[in-house]
Amino acid sequence: MLKMQKSTRKTVSTYALVIVAFVVVQGLAMSGNISATLRGQLVPICAYVVMAISLNLTVGVLGELSLGHASFMSVGAFSGVVACISLQNMIAFGPVRLVVGMVIGALCAGIAGFLIGVPVLRLNGDYLAIVTLAFGEIIKNLITCLCVGVDSRGLRFSFLTSADALKLEEGGRVIINGPMGIAGIPKLSTFTTGFVLVLVTLFIVMNLVKSRSGRAIMAIRDNRIAAESVGIPITKYKLMAFVTSAALAGAAGTLYAMNFSTIVATKFNFNTSILILVYVVLGGLGNIRGSVIAATVITILPEMLRGFNDYRMLVYAIVLIIVMLTTNNARFKTILSRLIPSKKATGEGRQP
Amino acid sequence: MSFLSHLISGISLGSIYAIIALGYTMVYGIAKMLNFAHGDVIMVGAYACFFIASRYELPVVLGVLVAMLVCTLLGVIIERLAYKPLRSASSLAVLITAIGMSYFLQNAAQLMWTSNPKVFRSVVGDKSLKLFGGQLSISAIAIVTVATCIVIMLGLTWFTGRTKMGKAMRACSEDKGAAQLMGINVNATISMTFAIGSALAAIAGVLLCSMYPTLMPTTGSMPGIKAFTAAVFGGIGSIPGAMLGGILLGIIEIFGKAYVSTQLSDAIVFVVLIVILLVKPAGLLGKQVQEKV
Amino acid sequence: MSEPRKETKLVPVPATNYVPERDVDKPPILEARNLGIDFGGLTALEGFNLAISPTEIVGLIGPNGAGKTTVFNLLSKVYQPTRGTILLNGNDTMGMSTVQVNRAGVARTFQNIRLFSNLSVEDNVKLGLHNHIKYGMFSGVLRLPNYWKQEKQANERVRELLSIFNMEHMVHDRAGALPYGAQRRLEIIRALATAPKLLLLDEPAAGMNPSETGELMENIVKVRDTFGVAVMLIEHDMNLVMGICEGICVLNFGKIIAKGTPSEIQNNPVVIEAYLGRQKEDG
Repeated sequence: MLKMQKSTRKTVSTYALVIVAFVVVQGLAMSGNISATLRGQLVPICAYVVMAISLNLTVGVLGELSLGHASFMSVGAFSGVVACISLQNMIAFGPVRLVVGMVIGALCAGIAGFLIGVPVLRLNGDYLAIVTLAFGEIIKNLITCLCVGVDSRGLRFSFLTSADALKLEEGGRVIINGPMGIAGIPKLSTFTTGFVLVLVTLFIVMNLVKSRSGRAIMAIRDNRIAAESVGIPITKYKLMAFVTSAALAGAAGTLYAMNFSTIVATKFNFNTSILILVYVVLGGLGNIRGSVIAATVITILPEMLRGFNDYRMLVYAIVLIIVMLTTNNARFKTILSRLIPSKKATGEGRQP
Repeated sequence: MSFLSHLISGISLGSIYAIIALGYTMVYGIAKMLNFAHGDVIMVGAYACFFIASRYELPVVLGVLVAMLVCTLLGVIIERLAYKPLRSASSLAVLITAIGMSYFLQNAAQLMWTSNPKVFRSVVGDKSLKLFGGQLSISAIAIVTVATCIVIMLGLTWFTGRTKMGKAMRACSEDKGAAQLMGINVNATISMTFAIGSALAAIAGVLLCSMYPTLMPTTGSMPGIKAFTAAVFGGIGSIPGAMLGGILLGIIEIFGKAYVSTQLSDAIVFVVLIVILLVKPAGLLGKQVQEKV
Repeated sequence: MSEPRKETKLVPVPATNYVPERDVDKPPILEARNLGIDFGGLTALEGFNLAISPTEIVGLIGPNGAGKTTVFNLLSKVYQPTRGTILLNGNDTMGMSTVQVNRAGVARTFQNIRLFSNLSVEDNVKLGLHNHIKYGMFSGVLRLPNYWKQEKQANERVRELLSIFNMEHMVHDRAGALPYGAQRRLEIIRALATAPKLLLLDEPAAGMNPSETGELMENIVKVRDTFGVAVMLIEHDMNLVMGICEGICVLNFGKIIAKGTPSEIQNNPVVIEAYLGRQKEDG
């Protein structure tokens, strides 16, 4: 019974961590004790936390390497913003509109996840990784070629042409303008909505992992053949994890995009996917709380390294390499465990 | 005639991808890791050649040789410092370290050489061969690239098939433990693989920048990703596969640009990759390994 | 129509099946007819005929590389057979996947243990119960009443199952951290949790000491009696095989070379030859 309490304690502490962090930061922000740059980072941090948790579902819990997670964020960002802008007259209250936008963003990203997942999840290991990378590039390319406008007749789409091809009526508005992306986005995202999305994500992912479905997903990760032998349909649960992960990334995308006035598809490129993967790996595979902490710290880190000026990104790269070397090298590990004898490895999750 | 000229530029671009893909595939075959820093080694090679040949106006051959030397050293050092300590770690940890290395190289290059694009002077000049009364022109760099690619492929096939070191490499890629028991120095063999892969990267960098003469710290990353795709395309771990994959990828890219859409050419390349992997999950020439139950 | 009617060719089907007396009037749970598989032109198994009655303990023995595990892989549909038919409870299993035959009542263990090693013992058994726990993703995420009810039932069932091998105290341990023998036992429990009609055990006593093996023998019989399952096992430990198996089937080079009761097999010259080699004529 002691161990079970331990895992419950971990769950509770994760919620507590997020809530306390929110309260403290919100308090500091209200009393004006926070720098302008950090304040601008609050919503992106929430979005990245959600991205990291959702990617952890694919990489840590399902055990499949995805190198295209940013593309789901992109789908969510663009569809969510289109929804928010086109619903401007129907839903006046901003937060509700944002929630609707997030739901639509999550749905669209979930559908994209499903369409990609069906063919991709039959592949294994590095091949799966490269195909997710490929899909990421394809989605980025497609969105760059897409124009969307809205007028009294509803949404108008055109592909590979300029926005004029939309033939909008008088008073219509171009929303997505090809490579230029979306401009003039109303800033609906706030730190509070970001915080709520983080909580919802935590709730979904942590409850999923500790349920029948989550067990099945982890069983596939640990031993696919054994999972089949006890009657677990592999594709169903792989898809479940992948689509849930994509949908949450979509919601995060909407949150992220609604924080800026302009957004372009090339923002959600391979490097962004990798950045999120770095959060997940540094936070620990399958370790949800680790993802939350890693995403926050690494987003703030370049700000904290401001003193290094031009050397900022270089220092970041060096820190990344050193952290990977120290946490994964057997010799360093034994030295580390000698220094911190009380800290024993927990059973939960895989060691990165 | 335009078809033929597109085909030729496709093959020559593909040859560059093939040379880069060889580096990926050899390293993957032996170290079972995706060396994401490989693309940035290309960039370093191109800078090295740029400084020797364009800035100090020394002979081009010297520039290429220096580039190869610099990249070989760089590759071996990267392997020793960053990858060797992680030999028994999970592949994901090594992947992230490789990405960290890639960030490091890009940012170091930016600090040393700024992000202003440099104009790279082609190593063979801008001469071209005119055929059919000038209807078809083949640039000298295209000819040199394809020829280099063929020489490299033949050389590598000979090396891995006939030499002692090459056989040691194949043995290590099959089973490191068994190779070690047979008296093969696994560490030296892996270093050798990185050295060869990086030297090839230097050549690829010089050829790439001779074809597309803008040189920036990020020059290597997209060709790196595409070459990686090419390696998977042909079956990662397979040397003829990397060759085939690279050339096909180049042709598809140029044809996509010419006949479909410039904006969508990358998407087309990746769609073809996905279709091929769905039909042949281990790539065109890759071996499907079934898990033993 | 005008073609002359071809004469049907009748082939003899081996009908050398031994059935325990108690199962004599019951149809076999599993019947393999003329089963065979090739791997890239190499025949790994050929003409495999076997019927297993509902509560029988069958031993599958033979030298290394004889094709024993291949038989298990075919019965559990890890491989699809090149030739022949597998009838499960009288139904053809052609085209069925591993997941489907498991739901139809075949559960197995593996020669090289395949546990979900990062999960707890409890979760491993619960995964065996997967298809008997009835709630979906949404009940799980939203923690609807059904979730609590079903999980509670599952927890009780897990402890019940673990008690067969006296492993209740290990319920929260990480499966991968268990001692070897316990891992083998956990794998059997996980397979039993799927409520099979036929249990396939691939070298259950491998790596166990004689006293552990003795305990295992008792437990296999106990499992058969309490759960009413048929058991087929691959084993090199002849004490175990001769001690608990009712029928034994000997494979060599992908073919059945003998079938019979333990005493028949022990005295069969073909079997002795397969294991020990032929004695030189002149001694």
